[in-house]
Amino acid sequence: MIRDITIGQYYPSNSIVHKLDPRVKLMGVLLYVLSLFLFRGPAGFAAVTLGLAAMVRLSKIPFRYMVRGLKAIAVILAVTGAFNLLLTPGEPLVSFWKLKITEEGLKSAGFMMVRLSYLVLGSSVLTLTTTPNQLTDGMEKSLRPLNKIGVPVHEVSMIMSIALRFIPILIEETDKIMKAQLARGADFESGNLVKRAKAMVPLLVPLFISAFRRANDLAMAMEARCYNGGDGRTKMKPLKYKGRDGVAYFIIFGYFAGIIMLRVRL
Amino acid sequence: MNFIEARKLVHEYFRRDEEGNVEGITTALDGVDLDIEPGEFVAVLGHNGSGKSTLAKHLNVLLRASGGTLWVGGKDTLDENYLWDIRQETGMVFQNPDNQIIASVVEEDVAFGPENIGVPTDEIWKRVERSLSSVGMLKYREHSPNKLSGGQKQRVAIAGVMAMEPKCIVLDEPTAMLDPSGRKEVLEAVEALNREKGVTAIWITHYMEEAIHADKIYVMDHGRAVMKGTPREIFSQVEKLESYRLEVPQMALLAYRLKKAGLDIPAGILTKQELEEALCRLYGEIGEKHVDDIR
Repeated sequence: MIRDITIGQYYPSNSIVHKLDPRVKLMGVLLYVLSLFLFRGPAGFAAVTLGLAAMVRLSKIPFRYMVRGLKAIAVILAVTGAFNLLLTPGEPLVSFWKLKITEEGLKSAGFMMVRLSYLVLGSSVLTLTTTPNQLTDGMEKSLRPLNKIGVPVHEVSMIMSIALRFIPILIEETDKIMKAQLARGADFESGNLVKRAKAMVPLLVPLFISAFRRANDLAMAMEARCYNGGDGRTKMKPLKYKGRDGVAYFIIFGYFAGIIMLRVRL
Repeated sequence: MNFIEARKLVHEYFRRDEEGNVEGITTALDGVDLDIEPGEFVAVLGHNGSGKSTLAKHLNVLLRASGGTLWVGGKDTLDENYLWDIRQETGMVFQNPDNQIIASVVEEDVAFGPENIGVPTDEIWKRVERSLSSVGMLKYREHSPNKLSGGQKQRVAIAGVMAMEPKCIVLDEPTAMLDPSGRKEVLEAVEALNREKGVTAIWITHYMEEAIHADKIYVMDHGRAVMKGTPREIFSQVEKLESYRLEVPQMALLAYRLKKAGLDIPAGILTKQELEEALCRLYGEIGEKHVDDIR
């Protein structure tokens, strides 16, 4: 059951979006998310929708794949929608019991739900088209300036990529410990929340011990292979901007400028 | 000139109490002498706690001697300046394949070592390709290590070490967590590297069978190198080995018992084939026919 968890749901394909430099995609998503909170009015809405549709289209990811991401936030969407719908003051359209639905409420609920789902869809384009490794590489390189103020950028991205590598191993291990304890009569499934949480404690203790042991082994193996921090390191797959990355930057900034202009004018 | 030379090598682990005072000292290595020539395949045998893993960590300077001296590739391991040179020249493969693979893609893991020592990008690609094909894993280069078998993971780890172009490779019980077919796979890969590329191999194990083809064997017990010799010399001393709680390979044991029971066969038989030949010689034609029947 625990094996079903997937992290980093990369969707392999050779679309133009897949081939873009991860730094471009990170910047793109950042600006896209900002634009979601900046746009106003039907023209802005159209522009944002167009932007999203273009991204999805270019990435060649089947639409049902994208919608899968929305399921996870269905509850949040419903709650946000309901609150906005029922609690916005204004002219009541329909009212029953103590609740009333206003025109403003209808509008803001609609916009809020669109914003949220566009947010999830847009950022899932990033995770679906970029491998976790490219993502950490991209972050390492884009955040490098922070190194000057003492942020250990290389170390953090190394930690992230190692964590990604060990997630499946630790999941497998959890599964193994769980089965070993089930075989000896442990009960993880019945009882109330507190009881079930308590049943997890004997699971976590061996898991932590083994994780520490692994970390110790791994550190030794890295040292044996001459790992000495980020200085003087070369890369097998260094990030290099290509022509298409420049074009993409141009389009992204153009899109963002357009959104801002729409907002200023309206 | 020996590639590795140890004289009276001592290593002590300090047990400390909560305040950091030394509570007790465990001597893991107790005056070890080691002479390993370039290109040799050396097996180090020993029971649990015999100090063989501690010895392995010294060869890669993960640990430093508490006493005595150790030269690796002509460099003194106590000299701080040689640390990275020695680690590059003497690669190390550990027991647990999962805990030594760093990247989530096979080729990126193999590239980790060369990246650390600052090899230029083009050269990294060449080295990755070369070392993956030398262990027969080239077709898995884009796979995730999680989907590989234990033997395959261990071969990837060996490729990762080979990509640093070491002169010597130390394997610390590389087969302890593998099934028999994985064990064979890994041993064959290392034997091929030793034979074809002339890489000095130091194979640490407690499976006696894996040491049969070695050029030289060291037997460790309680931190001392108690026996040294060719496989033939070592495995003919069955009683001595048993006193160090080591099992003798099956065929060597059978030959030893037959000899003890009064059969006139030579000492130091290691393989099935050798035993077969010795018995045939002893019983002549009839024997050979009999062996055929058994087959």
